[in-house]
Amino acid sequence: MSENILQAKNINKSFNDPIKVKVLTDINIAINKGEFVALTGKSGCGKSTLLYILSTMDTDYQGELLIDNVSMVHKRESELAKVRNEKIGFVFQFHYLLDEFTVLKNVMLPGLKLGKFSEKEVENCAIEKLKILDIDKLAMKKANQLSGGEKQRVAIARALINNPDIIMGDEPTGNLDKKNSDIVFDLFNKLSDELNQTLLIVTHDLSFADRMHRIIEMEDGKIILL
Amino acid sequence: MNSKLTISIAKALLLARWKQTLVAAVGVTFSITMFIALLSFMAGLNDLLDGLVLNRTAHIRLYNEIQVNKNQPVNKSPLYKDNYNFIKSVKPTNARLQIYNSGAIIRTLKKDTRVLGIAPKIMTPVFFNEIAINVAAVVNGIDVKNETKLFYFNDYLIEGASDDIEKISNSIILGKGLANQLSANVGDRVQVSNTNGEIFQLKVVGLYQTGIQELDKTQSYTSIATVQKLMGVPNTYITDIQLKLKKIPEAPAIAKEFTKLFEIDAIDIQTANAQFETGSFIRTLISYAVGVVLLVVAGFGIYNILNMMIYEKMDTIAILKATGFSGKDVQTIFLLIAISIGLIGGLVGLLLGFGLSAIIDQIPFKTASLPTIKTYPISYKLMFYLIGAVFSLITTFFAGWFPASKASKVDPVVIIRGK
Repeated sequence: MSENILQAKNINKSFNDPIKVKVLTDINIAINKGEFVALTGKSGCGKSTLLYILSTMDTDYQGELLIDNVSMVHKRESELAKVRNEKIGFVFQFHYLLDEFTVLKNVMLPGLKLGKFSEKEVENCAIEKLKILDIDKLAMKKANQLSGGEKQRVAIARALINNPDIIMGDEPTGNLDKKNSDIVFDLFNKLSDELNQTLLIVTHDLSFADRMHRIIEMEDGKIILL
Repeated sequence: MNSKLTISIAKALLLARWKQTLVAAVGVTFSITMFIALLSFMAGLNDLLDGLVLNRTAHIRLYNEIQVNKNQPVNKSPLYKDNYNFIKSVKPTNARLQIYNSGAIIRTLKKDTRVLGIAPKIMTPVFFNEIAINVAAVVNGIDVKNETKLFYFNDYLIEGASDDIEKISNSIILGKGLANQLSANVGDRVQVSNTNGEIFQLKVVGLYQTGIQELDKTQSYTSIATVQKLMGVPNTYITDIQLKLKKIPEAPAIAKEFTKLFEIDAIDIQTANAQFETGSFIRTLISYAVGVVLLVVAGFGIYNILNMMIYEKMDTIAILKATGFSGKDVQTIFLLIAISIGLIGGLVGLLLGFGLSAIIDQIPFKTASLPTIKTYPISYKLMFYLIGAVFSLITTFFAGWFPASKASKVDPVVIIRGK
């Protein structure tokens, strides 16, 4: 149990608008440190919804969520923000970089927010992460000058900046072509193998899912394969 | 919280889309400019209209009214002390217009801290004789120095110099209307007869115009000494003491006090010019109403622009929250953005408002009734600028506060999902 980084117990969720629709039923998941997990399922099965709950970005659910063995259920909004900052790195389907900032600043922002290190140290750390992802030469470009694949790699660097316990990805390759998807997946593999990074990636691409340690498959809001 | 980080993010967001920022700031600037310019103009016009009456009117006038003596002998007699005495057909006697002991009264008034200034005066009715016609008018003997200081006498002088009535003996300044009736010009001599029928020759040294026809046709000015000579009275003789106070609203109370103290009649400006008071009050009310309406309209404009701006940045809010910024951080960032826009837009608005007022101040405005007014009047009251500054900050603060606090409370997923 001590190895558990993420644990979901009996999670249920319904959308009430316009009519009550149950999207998640009795979800129980445990993810251990160092695991590389794929969350798969058909479109609309609730996998993204589950991921947003697991990442604390959605608080409208019933059940219990433990991150690093701490319950998230009764935490205040600012405490959840702190958890996201410290323990979770998130990669969206549509990159979601801030166009107003340079690549480097985008990567640095969560680190600066954490406030554990000086700006210089955060900057060095950010450059280091960019190097791991082989995009350090883009550091001074504005986010909107990058290609889709580059943006997604920057987003991964940003997710890594605070050395999170777990990285979550919501179809991080969903918007990329084959070549860029491969690059991104190779990166995830590299992170998993070399840095022993815990990863939870939502994908509907089974060819990728097969290359991961473990596959969790969902259907109609239920887990059918653990 | 890390304020340096929030400030740097706010700055980056502001500068990154500077065109949008500029549009928002221009919205604030425009509102504040219009508010300042319009209110300054309205207040200027108001002051001008008020000045028409206020400048020429004493706040309190001390004088002796012709009236029946209140202390009738029968009431003073111990014999009839306990009786209720009816006296019929009492007539005023001994119409004494002179203020007794005027020197002592003026000395006392000079020590009174509520009094801004004192101008003694003599008024006497006369006839101006023009060959076969007698024109009835009033000669005012004035103390030029005080009259100029308190009642802006020089502002109404359209020809000649006011000092001349004291420098040149037997000289007079005529109202424009009166001078027209007598077809007299500066340098001419006019013939004046006093109430006893004695005739004097006076030299016209100036013409004045107040804009109030009735006054211009019937009033003339000369030195106190000349009037004393006309009337054949000693040089202590004075019929009026005019006071200007520091605070006009105190006038009725002070007038009452002086009536008792000096045993004299005192009339305050509010009583003497009741209709002016009403007019002035209504004009002020209108300008306040216009001011409030301007502010409300401007406020909604500013609110709208900033609201749109923040809703456009919902994506940014979602990213910041997803990467660990709390709702409070997000709110602070957007409040900083809103207030910066308010501060810069407001400041430029104040400057432009001042500029626009200064331009209006240069537009020619000539009117027969106000000889010294050459351009449209503008009031440069500091108060308007303070209101404008405070208002621009407060509206932008709330315009930032509401959407930002709403955005700070929702789960980031709601924004992401809403896409």
